[in-house]
Amino acid sequence: MENFPILTLVTFLPLAGVVLILMLRGEAEGVARNARWIALWTSLIDVALAIALWGAFDPTRAQFQFVELAPWLPGFNIAYHLGVDGISLFFVLLSSFLTPICVVASWTSITRRVKEYMIAFLVLETLMIGMFCALDFVVFYMFYEGVLIPMFLIIGVWGGPRRIYAAFKFFLYTLLGSVLMLLAILAIYFQIGSSDIPTAMSFAFPKTMQTWLWLAFFASFAVKVPMWPVHTWLPDAHVEAPTAGSVILAGVLLKMGGYGFLRFSLPMFPLASHQLAPFIFTLSIVAIIYTSLVALAQEDMKKLIAYSSVAHMGFVTMGTFTMTIEGLQGAMVQMLSHGIVSSALFLIVGVVYDRLHTREIARYGGLVDTMPKYAAVFMVFMLASVGLPGTSGFVGEFLALVGTFEVNTWVAFFATTGMILGAAYMLFLYRRVIFGVITRDDVRLMPDLHWREVVVFAPMIAVVLWMGVYPSSFMRPMQPSIANLIERVQLALRADAVNLAER
Amino acid sequence: MAQTALPNFLPALPEMFLAAAAMVLLLLGAYQRGHHVAREISWLSVIVLVVALAMVVSFGLDRQVSLYGMVVVDGFGVFMKSLVLIGAALSIVLAIRFNEREGIARFEYPVLVLLSTAGMMVMVSANDLISLYLGLELQNLGLYVIASFQRDQVRSTEAGLKYFVLGALSSGMLLYGASMVYGFAGTTNFDVLAHGFETAEAVSIGLIIGIVFVAVGLAFKVAAVPFHMWTPDVYEGAPTPATAFFSVAPKMAAMALFIRVMVTPFGPLIDQWQQIIWAISVASMILGALAAINQRNIKRLMAYSSIGHVGYTLIGLAAGTPAGVRGILIYMAIYLFMNVGTFAVILCMRRRGRAVEGIEDLAGLSRSQPALALALGIFMFSMAGIPPLAGFFAKFYIFMAAIDAKLYVLAVIGVVTSVVGAYYYVRIVKIMYFDEPAQAFDQPVSRELTAVLVVSAIIILFFFAYPAPIVGAADAATAALFPG
Repeated sequence: MENFPILTLVTFLPLAGVVLILMLRGEAEGVARNARWIALWTSLIDVALAIALWGAFDPTRAQFQFVELAPWLPGFNIAYHLGVDGISLFFVLLSSFLTPICVVASWTSITRRVKEYMIAFLVLETLMIGMFCALDFVVFYMFYEGVLIPMFLIIGVWGGPRRIYAAFKFFLYTLLGSVLMLLAILAIYFQIGSSDIPTAMSFAFPKTMQTWLWLAFFASFAVKVPMWPVHTWLPDAHVEAPTAGSVILAGVLLKMGGYGFLRFSLPMFPLASHQLAPFIFTLSIVAIIYTSLVALAQEDMKKLIAYSSVAHMGFVTMGTFTMTIEGLQGAMVQMLSHGIVSSALFLIVGVVYDRLHTREIARYGGLVDTMPKYAAVFMVFMLASVGLPGTSGFVGEFLALVGTFEVNTWVAFFATTGMILGAAYMLFLYRRVIFGVITRDDVRLMPDLHWREVVVFAPMIAVVLWMGVYPSSFMRPMQPSIANLIERVQLALRADAVNLAER
Repeated sequence: MAQTALPNFLPALPEMFLAAAAMVLLLLGAYQRGHHVAREISWLSVIVLVVALAMVVSFGLDRQVSLYGMVVVDGFGVFMKSLVLIGAALSIVLAIRFNEREGIARFEYPVLVLLSTAGMMVMVSANDLISLYLGLELQNLGLYVIASFQRDQVRSTEAGLKYFVLGALSSGMLLYGASMVYGFAGTTNFDVLAHGFETAEAVSIGLIIGIVFVAVGLAFKVAAVPFHMWTPDVYEGAPTPATAFFSVAPKMAAMALFIRVMVTPFGPLIDQWQQIIWAISVASMILGALAAINQRNIKRLMAYSSIGHVGYTLIGLAAGTPAGVRGILIYMAIYLFMNVGTFAVILCMRRRGRAVEGIEDLAGLSRSQPALALALGIFMFSMAGIPPLAGFFAKFYIFMAAIDAKLYVLAVIGVVTSVVGAYYYVRIVKIMYFDEPAQAFDQPVSRELTAVLVVSAIIILFFFAYPAPIVGAADAATAALFPG
C-alpha cells in the first residue's frame, strides 16, 4: 500500500470520466443523460478515494505523506512530485466533496451542451486536486494556471447576461497575478537549484530576496483570495457564473490563495511575512469591514454572498499572518467552513433562481410559508455564515480572532466589528427573503425543495455541524503540520534577531 | 591540413539533394500532362523533404566544416534544419487542396518551396558571411514568388511586391554590414572572426556599425520590431498556405542564422549587441501584444502574433547563454506545431467554396464543428502560454534563461505582455465558444488537413506528459553551438 500511487489516482481519475464522456455517441438527449451519470459516478468514486486517503493518513506526522516522485523535465531538477500533509489533505477532500455536489446541482438546470459542461467540471476537479497535491513548483503552477481554462469556459458558456465581461475579467486578472509568481518560482529555482517545494521550505532565503519573492507570490494569491482592493473580479464572476461555477469558485478557487499563503509565503519567506504582516492585517481589516458594508447594500443575492466571501476570506488572511497556532488553525478551519457554507449559500440562491430566474432580493419574501424545508436549510447555512456557536463558521472565526488577539488587540477589535456587520447583512438577507408576506403569485407557486436538492444539502449540513460540534476530527490531522510550520517560522525569526544583535 | 583537390561534399549533401530534386521535379512537371500534375509534384516534393530530413538526421551531430569553411554541419544545424524541413513539408501538404480550390494549383508551387527550403538549409549551415548571403537570397527569391502566387488578385501581388522591396532593402543592409565587418576584421569566416574577437583587446567602431547592420538585416528577416512592417501585409495578402509556410520555415531559418551569427562570430562581443537585442525584443513583445488586439482578419492577427513570439524568442538570444539558446530552440519547435495547426484551421474556414478570413466568421464554431473549435482552442490557449499546454513550456524555458542571465526587467515585461497577448488569443476562444453560431464552414474537412490538425493538436496537448524528445534534442543542439 505504501507505494501505491493513490494521489495520482485521485488527481487523474476524473480524466477517465472525461474520456468516457468523449466517447459518447448518439442522440443528444441520451448523451446528456449519460454524461451526467458518468460525471456523477466518476466524482463519487473520487470522493471515496479521497476519504480512503484521509483514513490512511497518519495524523501524528508533520511530514508529507503518500509521496510520489518521478523525473519529469529532462536537464532540470524539476520532478513530478506529489504528497499531502495535514494542510493540503483537507483541500483535496474539499475539492472532491464539492464536485459531485456541483454535478447534481446542475442536473436539471443545465440543459445546453451538457457533455461539455460535465467535461469542464471533471477537468477542473483534476486540476484543483493536482494543485493541492503538488510538491514541485512547476507542477503546482501548471495546475494552478490550468484551472483558468475550464473556469473561463464555464463562466463564459453557461453564465448569465454579462458572462463575457466577467469571464475575461476573471481570466486576465488572475493571469496577471500568477505570471509574476512564475518569475518568482524561476528565481527560486536558481537560488536553490531545484523547484522542489519541501527543499525550498527548508531553505533560508536572503532577507531582501524574501521580500521580493513574497511580493511576487502575494500578487498571485491576493488576487485569488481575493483581498481588497483586487477583489473586484469576484462579484462579477460570481454573479455571472452558473450556480455550480459559483460553488467551485467560492468553495475551492478562493482557497487556492489562502492555501498559497500557508504553504509558500509563511514557511519560505518567514522574515518577509513577519515584516509585512501589518500590511496584510490592514488589507484584511479593510476587506472585512468595507465589504461587509457593501454586502449590506446589495440588491442581488449572489452579489451579497460574493461580498461576504471577501469578508470571510479576510479572516483567513488575518489568521494566517498572526503566525500563531490558533491563528493558523482558525484560518484553516475558516477556509474549510467557508468552502462549504458559501458553496451552500450559492446553491440556496440557485434553488430559487431556477424557479423564478431572478436573484433580486426584493422579488422574494415570505418563503417560509410555502417552502419550509428551504427556509430551514437556508437558516442553517445563514447561521453558519454568521458564525453561530455549534457551526463550523464559529470555530474558524473564533480561533482566528484568538490568534489575532495575541498579536494585536486593535486588529482583533476591528475584525470583531466586522463579525457584527456579517451578522447584520446575513440576517437582513434572511428576513427579506424568508419572512414577510408573500405578495406575488409566482413566488407563492414556487415548489419546496425537490428530493434531489435535499440530497445535495444533506451532506453539507452534516459536515457544517460536525465541524462545529466536534472540530477535532479536522484539527487533529492538521495540528502537527501547523505546529511544524510555526516552529520553522519562529526559528527563522529568532535567527534573524540574533543576526541583527551580533551586527 | 592536407587540401585535396575536391572538398568533402558529404556534409552539404542534403542541400545539394534538395536543389537537384527541385530541378528534376521542375522538368517532370513541365513535361507531364494531366489534371493532377500539381498534386503529384506536391506529394513528390513532400517525399523529397522527408528524404532530406532523413539525410540530415542520419549525418549525426558531429561538427564538420566543409567546402573551404563555407558551411558547417553540427547538432544545432541538424535541429534547426529538421524544423525547417518539417515546416516546409507540412505547408506543402496544407497547400494541395487549397490551391486546387482557388484555381492556382500549379506544380511550380512545391518546386519553389523546395528551392526556398534549400536556401534555408544553406542559411542554417552557413559558416561564412558569403554563404549566409547566398542562402538568404536563394530563400528570398522563392518566397517572393510564392507570396504573389495568386497572381490575379491585387492583394497577393501587392504582398509579393512589398515583400520583395523590403526584403531587398534588408538584404542590402545585411550586405552593407557584412562588408563593414570584412573591412574591419579582414575575414568573412565565422570561426576566424570568433577567434579574432576573443583575442582582440579593443573593438573598432566600424566593426560595431557592421554588427549593427547585420543585426538589423537579420531582424528584418525574423520580423522583429521595428523592422516588422512588411509582416502584416504579406501575411494577409499571400495565399493562406504560403502564409503558413512564411510563418514557420523561413522564421526557423532566419532565427537559426540570427543565433549562429550572434553566438559564433560575434559571441565574444555580447556586451556590444546585447542591448540591441534587448530593445528589439521588448519592442516586438509590446507591439505584438497591443497591435493584435484590434485585428479583424485572422491572418493579420497571426502576423502580429508571430511578431510577439519573435519577441519572446529574442529574450533567449539577449541572454546569450546556452540556456537561452536552448529556450529558443524549444520555443521554435513548439511554435512550429502551434502555428501549422492554427493555419490548418484557418484553411478549413471556407463558406460555399470561398475562403473567409474574418475572426468573426469563427462565431459559434464550437457548436457547428466542435472538433475544429477544440483544436483551435488548444492552439490559442497554448499560444497564450497557459499550462499545461506546450506553449507554456516554450515561454517557461525562455523566462528561465532570462532569470538565469539576470535579465529581470526583460522577464517582467515579457510576462506582462504575455497577459496582454492572452487577451486576443482568448478572444478567439470566446468567439468560438460564447458567441451565437454563424453559418457553418464547408464540410467535410479534407483528409490532409485533418491529419495535420490532429498531429499538431496532440503534440501541443500532450507535450507536458513526455517533453523529453524535444527538450533532449534541443539540449544536444545547444551543446553543439557552445563547445567546451
